[in-house]
Amino acid sequence: MSQTQQTPLTYARITEDVVRMLDKPSMKWWALFIPTVMLVGVGALCFFYQVATGLGVAGYRHPVFWGVYITDFVFWVGIAHSGTLISAILYLFRARFRMSIYRIAEAMTVFAVLTAGLFPIIHLGRPWNFLWLIPYPNSRELWINFKSPLVWDVFAVSTYLTVSSLFFIIGMIPDIAAIRDKVKEVPRKIIYSILSFGWKGSNREWLHYTRAYLYFAALATPLVLSVHSVVSWDFAMGNVPGWHTTIFPPYFVAGAIFSGLAMVITLTIPIRKIFHLEDYITLDNYDGMAKLIILTSCIVAYAYAAEFFMAWYSGSPYEWGQFVYRATGEYALFYWTMVICNCVVPIVLWWEKVRKNIKALFVISILINIGMWFERFNIIVISLSRDFEPGAWGVYKISLVEAGITIGSFAWFFMFFLLFVKTLPAISIAEMKEILPVPKKGG
Amino acid sequence: MDQGVVGIYSYQDSVLEAVGKLKDAGYSNMRVFSPFPNHEIEEAIDLPESPVRFFTLFGGLLGATCGIGFTVLTSSSWPIAVSAKPIVSIIPYMVIVFELTVLFGALSTFLGLIINSLIRKRTPVRLYDERFSDDKFGIAVICEKEKLGAVEAILNSTGAEEIKFDEA
Repeated sequence: MSQTQQTPLTYARITEDVVRMLDKPSMKWWALFIPTVMLVGVGALCFFYQVATGLGVAGYRHPVFWGVYITDFVFWVGIAHSGTLISAILYLFRARFRMSIYRIAEAMTVFAVLTAGLFPIIHLGRPWNFLWLIPYPNSRELWINFKSPLVWDVFAVSTYLTVSSLFFIIGMIPDIAAIRDKVKEVPRKIIYSILSFGWKGSNREWLHYTRAYLYFAALATPLVLSVHSVVSWDFAMGNVPGWHTTIFPPYFVAGAIFSGLAMVITLTIPIRKIFHLEDYITLDNYDGMAKLIILTSCIVAYAYAAEFFMAWYSGSPYEWGQFVYRATGEYALFYWTMVICNCVVPIVLWWEKVRKNIKALFVISILINIGMWFERFNIIVISLSRDFEPGAWGVYKISLVEAGITIGSFAWFFMFFLLFVKTLPAISIAEMKEILPVPKKGG
Repeated sequence: MDQGVVGIYSYQDSVLEAVGKLKDAGYSNMRVFSPFPNHEIEEAIDLPESPVRFFTLFGGLLGATCGIGFTVLTSSSWPIAVSAKPIVSIIPYMVIVFELTVLFGALSTFLGLIINSLIRKRTPVRLYDERFSDDKFGIAVICEKEKLGAVEAILNSTGAEEIKFDEA
């Protein structure tokens, strides 16, 4: 915490700094925001083209009918995981390094689930029929099949979106009240007054608030572990070689946290620089996150090795053939990109110097996200392209439309994020104050 | 008619001292404002445990019940055998039951927070000061008009920087 000692934080300064982040957007912000919105437009155009033309433009060819969209879905659900990890699990463990970054991580969670939720719909040939997945009374008196992992997905992802949004909103109530009391312009004051739910910060309010927060964290912790487990069952419940394995839930959850933490680092580094938050998001915070990345990277690397071992030990030629194909077939480049980005690159984080080097962390975090996207691609596409019947094997190529929608989804995510940093408190005011030494008369 | 008096403080130990003295003098109807959750103040005032936990418990149990009822009743209402599984397959349904438990539990916790903290026992608006969300602590005492002087004396003696009166 060497930086904190040079310019001590005070309660008043924390409020001021966070309120200053919400000032009128600068030219730099617009320079980021406008291209982002344009890219969302590109994604939307690709989607409309696909709806009008048919799923053939999405590169789906026999035997691969789950491609980039499902990869994107799993990738974004994974990104959504570290937000709740940081806000709920690390809260229960009382890890102090979470305080300054948890709001950004929570926002990231909400926006990533919003992005993820689009992909199963984009993936549908007739997207307007998506509501058939939702149980509602209908004239046929027929209900959805609760034994299907796809229905579990609907329940898990929509519950996750609701709970993480509520968690995000609850955490912000006292901070929005602090902003409400600081801003002068009338329209802003009215908006923040409504959003603050009339928060006054009295001891009774805090009593209920802290308890509610604790129970929320206790509910969100098993939820976050369940969501990616359910997503992994989309695959593990099928009998396709490369999918049908019991290690998928822990493997997916570890991978999700791994990629989510990397995304938190990717996002907080520019924000820290642009808004001069060096006193808030300290190198120690990055150190803590990098250590968690080492842990999850080891779990992911172990899972890759275990998959190979199980394929060999199973004696099933289909399983073993699938894994040999992953490492040596047409997609070998994707496979080895994944291994290098997820297992080899994070090794450098064992050195403290690297964990506290912002530029190095930024590069590593982006590499990890590339690696994790390819991990999902490898699991989904390579498994499908070679299953039991050699006559049905085929190679899948990513189409331009899919690439456009994927790029659009990144833009969609960043668009929400850019709006967030300019309208809501990106640093938790109350929790930052909580970790400062309490002012006492005697000093 | 009851009136309110609020003292504004910068230091936590002064607040704790004032709370102790006010409690000793028999003034229990008070609110302590702070810019962040503060366990020492909470302990000093010693309110009964928050009822939010019952909301969480009730919501969770309701969610579990709805999850079981929903899956079992809908699949028995039109029995179709899927993937060679029993019509009522408990293990796959547990996923739905779990998700609904968390969903209902979270929603009712949120409701519990809103009801207890923001609707019931609303703090009189005029006793609030905008600095309480920034860097000041405050003690608001609501008492009979005749006792205002005594309360003011306690607030003054414990180092309140500013004292304001208002009708509560």
